Amino acid sequence: MHIAEGFLPPLHAVAWGAASAPFVVHGVRALTREVKAHPESTLLLGASGAFTFVLSALKIPSVTGSCSHPTGTGLGAILFRPPIMAVLGTITLLFQALLLAHGGLTTLGANVFSMAIAGPWAGYAVYRLLRKSGAPLMVTVFLGAFFADLVTYCVTSVQLALAFPDPGSGFLGALEKFAGIFALTQIPLAVSEGLLTVLVMRLLMQSSRSDLVRLGVAKLTGGAGAQQEATAR
Amino acid sequence: MTRNAKINTLLLFLVAALAVLPLALGLGDDKEEPFAGADAQAESAITELKPDYKPWFSPLYEPPSGEVESALFALQAALGAGVLAYYFGVRKGRRQGLAQAAAAAAGPDGSASGSAAPTAAES
Repeated sequence: MHIAEGFLPPLHAVAWGAASAPFVVHGVRALTREVKAHPESTLLLGASGAFTFVLSALKIPSVTGSCSHPTGTGLGAILFRPPIMAVLGTITLLFQALLLAHGGLTTLGANVFSMAIAGPWAGYAVYRLLRKSGAPLMVTVFLGAFFADLVTYCVTSVQLALAFPDPGSGFLGALEKFAGIFALTQIPLAVSEGLLTVLVMRLLMQSSRSDLVRLGVAKLTGGAGAQQEATAR
Repeated sequence: MTRNAKINTLLLFLVAALAVLPLALGLGDDKEEPFAGADAQAESAITELKPDYKPWFSPLYEPPSGEVESALFALQAALGAGVLAYYFGVRKGRRQGLAQAAAAAAGPDGSASGSAAPTAAES
């Protein structure tokens, strides 16, 4: 989903930058508020950012015969809500743009919009809707992470189709082309990302249940031991 | 192995299978360049759609070779994995400390009330 440096016309680059900026600014505010109100969150915040670091560095083969990488944004969006994930995702994209020549500064706005804003919000929306309907936690986590990943790549396809419409078939023709490259490849990777997010959430349920309860992800009634751990602090 | 550990291992196995199967089945064999990056494919699609498009900005720093680039990607993954491992290590240590404190408070004869039962027993 990384649009390479210089590969968006200046007008598009500026427009996506302007679209992303308010989300990131709002996210920085939400992040400082969270850290001030709950200093004990800092470690879990770092772990959520680290998850995105790992997953977005892994280029994995897919059924289309090409390689792509997961995003790792679903976990942070579910734990800390999407505004904070916008900041964590932006840090990851900046690291890749500056050190790896992966993505770029001129395309940072567009890449932030797809990976750090649209994906996390989509995943979070799926997660919330399913939780409201009473689906089991791990099912909601899987589908939340799945959609955070997949929607990111769909948005990238739309961004490129808007910038480079097909001379004959226009926007839709180009969208078909880019979606064929990105979205199809991404489906098995989104499944992998869902499974890995479930795995980390399971480990968090064992190790940090009281944090998950405070963040509203887990309920307190999950067994006597967990309740005692929560009341012990 | 506990039931928990079995499920976690199964999850990891499924992820590995999803990554290995496309390679094992040779799904990239019909391609000019098997298992190329989707990002690079998008770049060539752009040059197909708009042959006269020239990138108007180039990266400030570009890894000088594929080796350096893969080293930096490995560094990124290692940083992330390190922080995650640190997190889970700290949490585990904290739980064990709590359990030990609770056991000490209960005394050698275990006469104290059950409200401070070891919390790590769950894992």
